[in-house]
This record gives sequence, structure tokens and C-alpha cells, in this order.
Amino acid sequence: MVTRGFFSGRRPPTDADARIPPGQYLEQGFPVLSAGPTPRVRTEDWSFTLKHGPRPIKKWNWTEFNALPLTKMTRDIHCVTAWTKFDTAWQGVLVDDILADAGIEPPTAFTLALSFDGYTTNVPTKDITAGKAMVALLYEGKPITSDHGGPARLLVPHLYFWKSAKWLNGLQFTERDEPGFWELRGYHIYGDPWREQRYTGDP
Amino acid sequence: MSDGPAAQSPWQTVTITGIEKRTPRVTSFFLQPSRPFAYRAGQHVDVRLTAPDGYQARRSYSIASAPESGETIELAIERLDDGEVSPFFHEVAAVGDEVELRGPLGGHFVWSDSDGGPLLLVGGGSGVVPLMAMIRHRAARKSAVPAALVFSARIWDEVIFRDELIGLHDRRDGFDLVLTLTREAARRPADYSRRVDAAMMVQSMARLPAPPRHAFVCGSNAFVSVAAQALIDAGVPAGFIRTERYGV
Ligand SMILES: Cc1cc2nc3c(=O)[nH]c(=O)nc-3n(C[C@H](O)[C@H](O)[C@H](O)COP(=O)(O)OP(=O)(O)OC[C@H]3O[C@@H](n4cnc5c(N)ncnc54)[C@H](O)[C@@H]3O)c2cc1C
Repeated sequence: MVTRGFFSGRRPPTDADARIPPGQYLEQGFPVLSAGPTPRVRTEDWSFTLKHGPRPIKKWNWTEFNALPLTKMTRDIHCVTAWTKFDTAWQGVLVDDILADAGIEPPTAFTLALSFDGYTTNVPTKDITAGKAMVALLYEGKPITSDHGGPARLLVPHLYFWKSAKWLNGLQFTERDEPGFWELRGYHIYGDPWREQRYTGDP
Repeated sequence: MSDGPAAQSPWQTVTITGIEKRTPRVTSFFLQPSRPFAYRAGQHVDVRLTAPDGYQARRSYSIASAPESGETIELAIERLDDGEVSPFFHEVAAVGDEVELRGPLGGHFVWSDSDGGPLLLVGGGSGVVPLMAMIRHRAARKSAVPAALVFSARIWDEVIFRDELIGLHDRRDGFDLVLTLTREAARRPADYSRRVDAAMMVQSMARLPAPPRHAFVCGSNAFVSVAAQALIDAGVPAGFIRTERYGV
């Protein structure tokens, strides 16, 4: 349906078109979205736990975690509130390298990302392994601010950005695909921006 | 995939049935959905505009009306001068025009009187919109849940829904309005003229018969960060606080 009198839209440059998923627009800033107040997690208090169901597999403190191999990832990110930002530059520890340090193969096909504020989000394990995702520690070379999920956030850039859980404190392997916080509140179980899987019921 | 009802586009066409200027920068748009539209106070919709060449812009807007307020839904949109979508609403949109809408959306920033209280609402500028839906819902349900709204605006004339809010406050039925103006002197006896802070939250909470069980904070990102921190500093447990950020 064409909207009467809407001509002036801010079209992206044509060479950018192919990088912008349907229904998204290009954003230069970096908006912040979250469900509640911003937790201020001190690195002294920070820890990261890998779990299989309720059972902890391995736990790292901040120093131990920072000793894991660091990888750079520069990716376009897509927020469900319709902004896309190009070329965001992150550094962190690939989920693959966390698993290697724990000496395990992924035990199940699904994962829940766990956060300090109780937030959870679900992702298929194959979407966070094979170099696809990391626990990010730096944004544009600097520690990630608490607004943006620091000290550490998950980065799963090929899914809508709510899947990139802020204030991450663990990954839990689950037998089933268990809906996380937003997925229980109307958001899509998988969240592929290229298929516009924003809300429950989207194809 | 083979049986069941044919998949319906989540988008529906809605008709603008009324336009009402609320403040110099905020105008309400009343929309008539073409399909039944049941929502909860605090939810939002996505609005989509399409240019003749197929280019589309979409933005989220909170619903200002209460679920009980009838068939039309009210959006209150602030004009951002160099924005893409809000100036379209302010300069072009007219009664009788159609736009596309999907929703209702969001299952977290919602309150219904059955959730109980006390309820503490903190809004900055157009962030008052989803809180207004909660306040109107409370009034429509004749709910006895104690509620307070701390509403920060730059000046008196930018207090969206001002007369309605003062009217609801004057009923003295358990809803309290606290205004704080950041660029003008306070006009009502117990109001403030400064940015929200923990002391203001402590005093506003004291107007409730008991500490809040549900706190909702909405506005620009900067406002929400400061207001949510002020609530925590005032002793509200983080788990009681829900936030909605309008981005920039
Ligand atoms: C859940 C939710 C609910 C919301 N509810 C409401 C509501 O009830 N009422 C309300 O008024 N708003 C609401 N918003 C905000 C709304 O969605 C829009 O963000 C807002 O209307 C601005 O959109 P716009 O297209 O006019 O401006 P945009 O084009 O998005 O620009 C926003 C600002 O960013 C700047 N900007 C961004 N990109 C560019 C660029 N490329 N070039 C130049 N400038 C740029 C502009 O200066 C402008 O001031 C809500 C947002 C969310 C997420």
C-alpha cells in the first residue's frame, strides 16, 4: 500500500541496499534497548559459567577469561526496532574457543544465553559455533560500556540483536529449544533479520 | 502448512479518524483498525509508510489509549525536525488517510489492574505515552491500585495530556501526579523544577501508601538511564523496574 504524500523517505545509498534486511533502516548512532535498569557489573565480580542443563562444566573469572584467545569480528548488526548499523567492530572470545578451553564438544543442539540481570535468550548451538558468535569484551577497541552490555556481551550478529545478550554471565546447553525472556514476551523464537522474523507468528 | 486459515499479513491498514494537537511538538493521531485489535496498556505498534517506488520506513509508537477506550487507538507522536517518519505525521497526514500498522507488540512493558501495585510511573517527554495508557486503564477500571506518575517535561506547555492528568489527580482516588519541569519554574505546589533524581523518587514514593511493587520508566535512552538509576538509589529493587527506551 503506497502511503499518500510519503515521498521524502531517507533512502540508503544504493550500494548499501543489499546489506539492509527488509524493514530495516540505516542508523549512524548506536541506540540502547533493554528491559530494565542497567546493571553495573564490576570486572572483579564478573564470572562466566558454561553449563549443561543445571550442571556447571567450567567457570572463568575475568582474568582467566581474558587469557583466552581474542578474535576480531566486524559485522553489520540489526535491531528488531528496525535499525541496522554497519561495520560494528568487536573483539572477544569465540564460543568455539570457550568450548575448546573447557575441553568439550557442544553437548546439545540448543543454548540459552544467561545474563547478570536474569535475562535469557535462546539460540541454536549451530548459530553460535563455527566462528559465528563470540563473547565480546571490546567495542571499537574499548571496554564495552554497561549501557551496551559490558563487561561482556554475546555477539550473534546474523540474528536480531536482542539475541546478543547483554551483561552475559554464562551459556547453558539445553536439550530443547527453550524460549528466553523476550521470546516468551512476543518475540520470534529464532529471529533471522533476512526473513523478518521479528515477532511470534512471523514465518 | 497445508491446512488451517490462510496466513494473514501481520500488517493491517488503519484509517486516521482524528488528529489533535497536544503540545507544540506532540500531536495525537486516532486510528481506526480494519481488523479487531485487542491490546494491553503499555504495548506499542509498528507503523509503516511506503513511498511510490516501494521504499518503506517503519517506526514503533506506544499506544496512548486504554484498552477500554473503544475501537480507535491513539498514538501521540513527537515531531523530530530532521526525522523521517514523525515529520510526515505532523506535516502530511490528514484525517481519512491510511497507513499500515502491525501489533499490538511487546509483552514486557505492560500493566493491568489485576497485576496490582502500588504502581510508580516515571516518564520523560513522549515517554509518558505508554504510561498514559496505564493511567487511563486504571481510571477506566475504577481500580483502587495506588499509583503515582513522575512526569518530566521541559516546560509547562510541553506537558502532554496535562489537563487530563491534572483532572485525574484531582479526583483523589489514589492517583498522584508529580510534574517536574527542567527549564521552567514549578507551577503546582508539590512539583519540581529540575531533572529527576533519587531524592525526587523518595519523595514521590512517599505519596504512595506502600513502596511500589511495579515501576515503569519510559523516555529517551538518557532519561531512562538516569531515572532507573534514581529509582534504584531510592531503594526500589531492580527486579521491580521495567524500562522502555525510545532510542536516541
Ligand atoms: C517501543 C517504542 C515506542 C515508541 N513510542 C513512541 C511514542 O509513543 N511517541 C513518539 O513520539 N515516539 C515514540 N518512539 C520513537 C519513534 O519510534 C521514532 O524513533 C521517532 O518518532 C523518530 O522517528 P523519525 O523517523 O521521525 O526520526 P528518525 O529519522 O528515526 O531520526 C531520529 C533522530 O535521529 C537523527 N537521525 C537519525 N538518522 C539520521 C540520518 N541518517 N540523517 C539525519 N538525521 C538522522 C535525526 O536527527 C532525528 O532527530 C518509540 C520508540 C520505541 C522503540
